[in-house]
Amino acid sequence: MIEGFTALYIFMLAAFTGYEVISRVPVILHTPLMSGSNFIHGIVLVGAMIVLGHAETGLQMLIGFVGVILAAGNAVGGYVATERMLEMFDRSKNKGGA
Amino acid sequence: MSSFIEIVYFAAAVIFILGLKKMSSPVTARAGIVWAGYAMIAATVVTFFSPAVYGHGFFNLLLIVIAIGIGSYIAFKSAKSVEMTNMPQMIAIYNGMGGGAAAAIAAVELVRFADGHDIGGSTIQVLAVLGALIGAIAFSGSAVAYAKLQGLMNKTLRLPSHQAINIALFAVTVLFGAVLAFSGEVSGFTVFLFFLCALVLGVMVTLPIGGADMPVVISLFNALTGLAVAFEGFVLGNAAMIIAGTVVGSSGTLLTQLMAKAMNRPISNILFSSFGSDGGAPAEEDIAGTMKEIEGSDAAVMMAYAEKVIIIPGYGMAVAQAQHKLAELVQLLEERDVTVKFAIHPVAGRMPGHMNVLLAEAGVDYDKIYDLDEINPEFLTADVALVIGANDVVNPVARSNPESPIYGMPILDADKARNCIVIKRGKGSGFSGIENHLFYADNTRMLYGDAQKAIGELIAGVKQL
Repeated sequence: MIEGFTALYIFMLAAFTGYEVISRVPVILHTPLMSGSNFIHGIVLVGAMIVLGHAETGLQMLIGFVGVILAAGNAVGGYVATERMLEMFDRSKNKGGA
Repeated sequence: MSSFIEIVYFAAAVIFILGLKKMSSPVTARAGIVWAGYAMIAATVVTFFSPAVYGHGFFNLLLIVIAIGIGSYIAFKSAKSVEMTNMPQMIAIYNGMGGGAAAAIAAVELVRFADGHDIGGSTIQVLAVLGALIGAIAFSGSAVAYAKLQGLMNKTLRLPSHQAINIALFAVTVLFGAVLAFSGEVSGFTVFLFFLCALVLGVMVTLPIGGADMPVVISLFNALTGLAVAFEGFVLGNAAMIIAGTVVGSSGTLLTQLMAKAMNRPISNILFSSFGSDGGAPAEEDIAGTMKEIEGSDAAVMMAYAEKVIIIPGYGMAVAQAQHKLAELVQLLEERDVTVKFAIHPVAGRMPGHMNVLLAEAGVDYDKIYDLDEINPEFLTADVALVIGANDVVNPVARSNPESPIYGMPILDADKARNCIVIKRGKGSGFSGIENHLFYADNTRMLYGDAQKAIGELIAGVKQL
């Protein structure tokens, strides 16, 4: 599907993109951002689903099963944690509280 | 259907990048994560219809649904209920789960390979093994980071010739990895040994690192997990995983560098040595002056009649959960027309921006919060600098004494304020074990006690005026 140099090009361009996107982030958002990027690699869930989907033996299924649990935890935990943090930066809410 | 799935993956990758970009501004940050969330849901849903999943029998499909249910439930419950002060270790654990998932993907593929399947040739095998190695280290390393931050493991454990053991372990792991990557057929036992070594390696690498360096370590593991996900994306030919993983890998690396730079320690230094263990602390020179204690009520008077107060929060504030009390104090001071600003050191707390998150939780407007470069010139005109549970980030020896291990680290110039009040739990030195000259300065007063209690005293004092 994706092979050889095409994959390498994707890798390189994505690497530069990540670098550029982050370089303008103010310090106050560093933690939410780390948490947000933590959520984004939760896309590993898709991969875990695929390997559990084509698992054949019991052992493959067991590892795949654990993998999907972990991946779902990464995605959901990452999202909720990030959302909770960013919620606090919401101005409209802060005005009332402080 | 297959091309529709590809389109959704592509869109998800684009939205992830846009979401990250939106997260770079406080105004759009919330929208950024919500967008990314929708993209994740879409990518997950279409995966159910991909040939690899859909065509392989009902039982596998059922397992997937159950596993997603279990993982989501546990993560949702824990993420909703955790205190904001404990957020760093939760991020570490969610990140570790991602690393573990990447390693599990590689494990299934390698077991399939051991069972006689062709998983795509030696290039794919190499990438699978690399992703597995990185993912497994991020998994077990993050677990140790979690245990340390959660207080389950207080000591920094260091075996005799720890580094030599690590190097040997690394070599053995790479050897097993090479066997898996390059030989025509492998046994399941080799796969098992490889993962065992990689997991132990993650633990061994993280064990000697002190809690204070954890922000850098968590950020590094985050970047590593991204990279592992990207490698496994190559293995499965999944562009969304490659792009999202790589973006996280590179942005995480940048973030890690920024943090390490703020601490003035190269990343290698953090990973391979801990404070005080590299040749012991330097000989202490004599410190002029003594630590002078102050009562809460007197400190309150000083602050209430000041024109400008700069507050420097540190880990002590997080431990004591004092951010709400602090917000109350700030409000009282502002009612008396005192200008209050917050100075945040890049590595204050346990994660970059840790203090900002806590202050935001307490409802402190982010306009009052300043970076090191912005605020440092202002200390000259500040009447009071209030240091709350911070130590090394305000230690003037970083400017003055080339012998000091923290020499050259950018610090907040609290010593340049007219008066300095330091809230501190006890008389000991900080995590680095370096004496803080600021505490002995003529214009510094020490307010001993837990940050929550000390700020309570300040509030009571200001109210009485």
